[in-house]
Amino acid sequence: MAFIETRDLNLDATELRLGLPGATEESEKQTPPPIARGNKRALPDMNDDQPGPCNDNSHISDAKKSAPPTKAQVVGWPPVRSYRKNCFQGNKVESQTAGIFVKVSMDGAPYLRKIDLNIYKGYSELLKALEEMFKFKVGKYSEREGYNGSEHVPTYEDKDGDWMLVGDVPWEMFITSCKRLRIMKGSEARGLGCAV
Amino acid sequence: MIMESKRKKESPSSPESTQFPDEVLERVLAFLTSHKDRSSVSLVCKDWYNAERWSRTHVFIGNCYSVSPEILARRFPNIRSVTLKGKPRFSDFNLVPQNWGADIHAWLVAFADKYPFLEELRLKRMTVSDESLEYLAANFQNFKVLSLLSCDGFSTDGLAAIATHCKNLTELDIQENGVEDRSGSWLSCFPESFTSLEVLNFASMSAEVNFDALERLVSRCKSLKVLKVNKSISLEQLQKLLTRAPQLVELGTGSFSQELTTRQYAELESAFNNCKNIHTLSGLWEATALYLPVLYPACANLTFLNLSYTALQGGDLAKLLVHCPRLQRLWVLDTVEDKGLEAVGSYCPLLEELRVFPADPFDEEIIHGVTEEGFVAVSFGCRRLHYVLYFCRQMTNAAVATIVQNCPDFTHFRLCIMNPGQPDYLTNEPMDEAFGAVVKTCTKLQRLSVSGLLTDLTFEYIGKYAKNLETLSVAFAGNSGRGMECVLGGCPKLRKLEIRDCPFGDEALLSGLEKYESMRSLWMSACNVTMNGCRQLARKMPRLNVEVMKEDGSDDSQADKVYVYRTVAGPRRDAPPSVLTL
Repeated sequence: MAFIETRDLNLDATELRLGLPGATEESEKQTPPPIARGNKRALPDMNDDQPGPCNDNSHISDAKKSAPPTKAQVVGWPPVRSYRKNCFQGNKVESQTAGIFVKVSMDGAPYLRKIDLNIYKGYSELLKALEEMFKFKVGKYSEREGYNGSEHVPTYEDKDGDWMLVGDVPWEMFITSCKRLRIMKGSEARGLGCAV
Repeated sequence: MIMESKRKKESPSSPESTQFPDEVLERVLAFLTSHKDRSSVSLVCKDWYNAERWSRTHVFIGNCYSVSPEILARRFPNIRSVTLKGKPRFSDFNLVPQNWGADIHAWLVAFADKYPFLEELRLKRMTVSDESLEYLAANFQNFKVLSLLSCDGFSTDGLAAIATHCKNLTELDIQENGVEDRSGSWLSCFPESFTSLEVLNFASMSAEVNFDALERLVSRCKSLKVLKVNKSISLEQLQKLLTRAPQLVELGTGSFSQELTTRQYAELESAFNNCKNIHTLSGLWEATALYLPVLYPACANLTFLNLSYTALQGGDLAKLLVHCPRLQRLWVLDTVEDKGLEAVGSYCPLLEELRVFPADPFDEEIIHGVTEEGFVAVSFGCRRLHYVLYFCRQMTNAAVATIVQNCPDFTHFRLCIMNPGQPDYLTNEPMDEAFGAVVKTCTKLQRLSVSGLLTDLTFEYIGKYAKNLETLSVAFAGNSGRGMECVLGGCPKLRKLEIRDCPFGDEALLSGLEKYESMRSLWMSACNVTMNGCRQLARKMPRLNVEVMKEDGSDDSQADKVYVYRTVAGPRRDAPPSVLTL
C-alpha cells in the first residue's frame, strides 16, 4: 500500500513533503500537505510510468514557512469561491476577538475616556457614540474636504505616531492602526483635511 | 412557433417516417423543453431532426468551445434563449489563468446577425466586457433576460448600458462575479418609463446604489417578484422597499444590522408580516439574534433559506428554524456547529438540500465548525435529503455509512474534508469505505466530490457502482493511475471529471481515449501527466481539444494543467500564450 515519498529538500526552513497524502509514519499529526503556491505537483513515484517530477526547490521556496509543522497554503484549496472568502473578513463572532481599547480625549474636556473600538461596526456608529459621550456634533465627512460644518474634528494617532483624520481609511485598517483618539476643536482643527 | 414562411422544405418526407405533416410535428415538439429530450428526438430520423431544429427556441451549451456560433446558427434558426458556460469549474478556485478565454463577444456578434430577436442570455464563467454589454444593449431590441453567474471582465458601466437601453428587460441577475464596482449609479439609469422588471439581483456587488432610484424602480415595477439587494442597503431602507413590494416571492436583504428604534423595529416587523409570498430568503449580512425575529412572520412558506453570509450560532439558528417548517433548502456557515445542525434535523423534516460553508476555511487554529455528528443528526431528521455540500474538519467512515443508510436518495454528495488526505479520525483508516457506502447505496447519484485520505479502492468502488454518476471531483487522492482507470472504465454516464493533485499519469489519461468523446470535459492539474502523453491523446483523438496550461518555472516535459473536451468546432483560436493546444 505504501507510498510516501518524503523527500529531503535540504532546506530546514521549508518542511514540505512531497509524499502522498496519508504519509503513515507521521500520521499522528497532520498529514503532509501538498504544498504551496501554484506550481506544485503532488507526487512522485507511484507505480506510474513516469519518474516523479523533478521538484526544484526554486519554485517551492517562496512557499514560505520557516516554522516547521505549519502547512503552507495550497492554491485553490479548500474549494471555496473568492467572493465568499471576502465576506468573512470582519464577520467574526464577537467572543473570538479581544477588545481594542483606546483613550479618547477632547480639547477642553477635563478628563479622558476609554472606548472599545471592537464593539462598533463602522465609522458612523463610532462617531455617534463619541458625539453622545462628549456632547458635540461632527460635521459631514467627505473625502476631499474632511469634516465640514462643525468646530469639532475627530482625529487619531496611528501606529507611526502621526495624527490622522478619522474616516479616511477602511474601518478594519483603522481599528488595527488606531492608538488613541482626539477630538480637536477650533482653529487647530481646520488644519487637517487638506493634507491629502 | 411555426415559421412556415421562412422554412424551406428540405428533402421530401419519406412516407414511412412521417405520419403527420411537419407543422403538426413542430407544434408537438414545441412542448418539449428539456434539451436532452430534444436531442433524442433529433436522432429519430431526418424529418424529426428538421422539425426539432426549427421548433427549438432555447439552447444550452455546456462548454462554449464545443461548438461555434456559426454551427449553432446553421442548425437552429429560431433561437430566442441561450445558456452558455465557459471556463472549467476550477477557475472558481483560481486554478485557471486570468485571460484564458470564454469571451462572449464573438457570440454576440453572431447572434446580432442570426438571432436579432434574442431575448434571453444566461452565462456562467464567461468573460464579458463592458463593450460586450453595450453591444448587447444596442443590438437586441427584444432583450429581456440577462443572467451573469461567476462571470468577469465587466464593470458597473456595462450594467448602466443595459439599464439605459433594454426597454423590455424583465430580468437582471448578477451573481458572484468579478465586477468592477465603479459606482452605484448604474441603477439610476433605468428610465422612469421602465416598468417591466420582474427579477433584480445585485446582491454580490459592493458599491452603494442610489437608494431613491432603487425605491422608485421597485415602486413602479409592479411585476417585481425577485429582489436581492446588496450589503449597502440598510434595514431602514429594506423596510421601505418591502412596503413597496409586498408581492415579492424571493428576497435578498441587505445588511441586517443597524441600530433601530422601537418604532422602526415594529415597522420592519410589520413589513415582513405583509410579505406573505416569500419562499426564498437570502442576504442577511451581519444578522444577529437581535434582528432575526423580524423575519419570523415571513417564514411560514419559506422553502429556501440562505444564511451563508451570516455568522450565526447554533442556538440562534434553532430559534429561527422553529418558524420554518416547510424548508426544503438550507445554506449555512459552519459557525452554527453540530448543535445548529441538530436543530435542522429536528425542525426541518422536508429538507432536501443542505450546504454548510466554512466561515474560516484557511484558519488552521479553528477547532470549531461542524463534524460528522452534525451531518448524522441531519440525516436522521431529514430523510428526503438528496443534495449535500459539506465542509468539515473531521469525518468517519461509520458516520457516512449511517448517513446514506438514512438518506439513500442522494443525487449530489459533495463532501469536503478540508485537510487534504486526512483519514478517518477515529480509526485512522482511509475514507474508502465511506465513499464506497455512498456509491453502493445511492443508486441515483449524479454528482460526487470526494476528499480525505483515499486509496485506489475508492475509485474501484466508484467505477463499479456509480452507474448514474455524471460529475466527479477528485483532489489529493489515490495511489496510482489505476484509480482513474477504474473510473474511466466504469461510470457509463460520466460527463465531467475534474482531478487535481493525484498520482495519475499518462497511462491513466490514455486509458480514457474512447470515453472522452462521450464526456463534456476532463480536467487534470498537478498530476503526473506529461506533454508526451497529451500529444498522444491529441493525435489519436482529433475530435477532442487537448489544452495544456504551463506554469512558470515548471519542467518542460510536465503537463501542469490539462483540459480535454470534445468539440465540433476544432481547436480554438483565441487561446492566450500560456495555453497550448496540442
